[in-house]
Amino acid sequence: MTLIDWFYFPARLAWRQLVFDRTKLVAAIFGVLFACVLVFMQLGFRDALYASAISTALKLNGDLFLMHKQSEALWRPVKFKRTELMRALGNPAVAGVYPLYLGLAPFKNIETQTKRTLMVYGFDPDSQIFSVETIRDQQAGLKLKDTVLFDEYSRPEFGPLRQLLQAGRNITEINDYKIAIIGLIKLGVSFAADGNVVTSELNFMRIFPKRDRGDIDLGIIKLYPGASIKQTQAELRLRLNEFVHVFTYEELLQYEKNYWANMAPIGFIFGFGTIMGWVVGLVIVYQILFTDIANLRNEFATLKAIGYEQGYFIRVVFASAFFLAVLGFVPGCALSIGLYHLAESQIFMPMPMTLHKVVTVFAFILSMCAMAGFLAIRKLKAADPADMF
Amino acid sequence: MTAIIDVDRLSFSFGSGVLVQPVLKDVTIAIRQGEIVLITGPSGSGKTTFLTIIGGLRQAFHGSVKVLDQQLVNSDEQVKIKVRQQIGYIFQQHNLLKSLTALQNVSMTLEMGNTLTEQQRLERSAQMLTAVGLGDRLHYKPDQLSAGQRQRVSIARALVGQPKIVLADEPTASLDKQSGYEAVSILKQLAKESQTTILLVTHDYRILDVADRVVELEDGVIKAV
Repeated sequence: MTLIDWFYFPARLAWRQLVFDRTKLVAAIFGVLFACVLVFMQLGFRDALYASAISTALKLNGDLFLMHKQSEALWRPVKFKRTELMRALGNPAVAGVYPLYLGLAPFKNIETQTKRTLMVYGFDPDSQIFSVETIRDQQAGLKLKDTVLFDEYSRPEFGPLRQLLQAGRNITEINDYKIAIIGLIKLGVSFAADGNVVTSELNFMRIFPKRDRGDIDLGIIKLYPGASIKQTQAELRLRLNEFVHVFTYEELLQYEKNYWANMAPIGFIFGFGTIMGWVVGLVIVYQILFTDIANLRNEFATLKAIGYEQGYFIRVVFASAFFLAVLGFVPGCALSIGLYHLAESQIFMPMPMTLHKVVTVFAFILSMCAMAGFLAIRKLKAADPADMF
Repeated sequence: MTAIIDVDRLSFSFGSGVLVQPVLKDVTIAIRQGEIVLITGPSGSGKTTFLTIIGGLRQAFHGSVKVLDQQLVNSDEQVKIKVRQQIGYIFQQHNLLKSLTALQNVSMTLEMGNTLTEQQRLERSAQMLTAVGLGDRLHYKPDQLSAGQRQRVSIARALVGQPKIVLADEPTASLDKQSGYEAVSILKQLAKESQTTILLVTHDYRILDVADRVVELEDGVIKAV
């Protein structure tokens, strides 16, 4: 007997039995589809969260970054002294140091007058610490008093800024301080902030009158071309106070990501949701396979009586599980692609359907169905050919 | 000619300890190739138990049961599976796979050996179904067939593998007189053509005349041969 026949015959029987009872087949497919969509959405939201959480950090332009060790993440920084950043200038590899100020403040919607909190970034417009072209293009405008650039990826609750700016209505209040929006940029929102504006450090101090220029949230260090980032990082760690982290660009992104994955309960919540999807799907598929075996007990016992071996029936059950996995996954994946698009258009979160995700979820669903099959085959022992006479 | 089924002082009991209940006591019988043997007897006389031991479906521990030269008493699973594959079974209920057509049900028997191509399997199954008078019902599912037709499909399933032995347990129990007699006649005719041994358990006295020999079992003991 060839390997193909070894699997083909039981698979064919499993298929014929599956399609015989259409109602049950549809119910089973919906069960797998449900689990599939649940897992896709959980992973999609989780990845979108990670992607958006680091969207600002991703656009920072620097070689090394100073952050207070008590800072959990960029969006809730612990301030440290600007002089600490200045000390880095003592290293001969350091070309320049630039502070970044962050603050959450209410932004007044120009149309509805309602206030909603967004993140305000204050920096030296000449420093080019953002690798965002639109910021560089408008750095001259930012040097003027009371001007900001608005992130057009911000949630729509802040108002249709693009249309308003075209109509010349660009005056609003941040933290009850009147400012003018002089342009739009593309930065990206996160779970921490629904919107962003960037402004000069002087304007930042005007918006937040209680902030002190000497207390900074993040320090950005640029090195001379050709300088070793790793070596300078090691030197700065020795030289600077122990309360600051000296991060490379990648380390900063990783630190931000870890916050959402581990420190915040969000990583756990999505992980838990994923597992729940797996368990719910498992129970559904198990129930279907189990009742199938129970109903077909006589048929299996008959086949055993005419000489079929136990292994044949195990292959029948696993083939059924495999068919259910595929039949549920295909529509589940299609539906998830639709839902990803919906989520992208409705909540403005990046939710790409990557091949990696498709493969991951399929493996997940396959393992779920295999596990269900594994649990269900114990029921096969109930098929005793001696009962057939 | 040597016996194809050779049973020597077979004893079998259900239960254990004080609850032990003997079913078969020192049963000795030899059945030659091509013989049609009917086993009759009241319910509880051990006929069906006897049949399941011969068929390798139930494990016996005392005595000797040689079927196709294989010792089944205290045998392992592989020996029993090998014997089962050389035996055709006809059950009291038809026990067809309800999701498969008559043709697919019959060719299930041939899929085990896998010495044939799919084409050959289907051809032989179709021939066998035609032989039992169901040539025009090949693609009907069991629930589209009458009780008599279903039993004829199960006869075709039992015979298509050209077994040396056919075991049948009350094959006419769920059939009326005419379709019951028809089914057994077809069975007899096809068996005689291919020198197949038939061991048939029944207490349907309408079909006794198909037998070469009638054996009566009562309380686990053979009464008359």
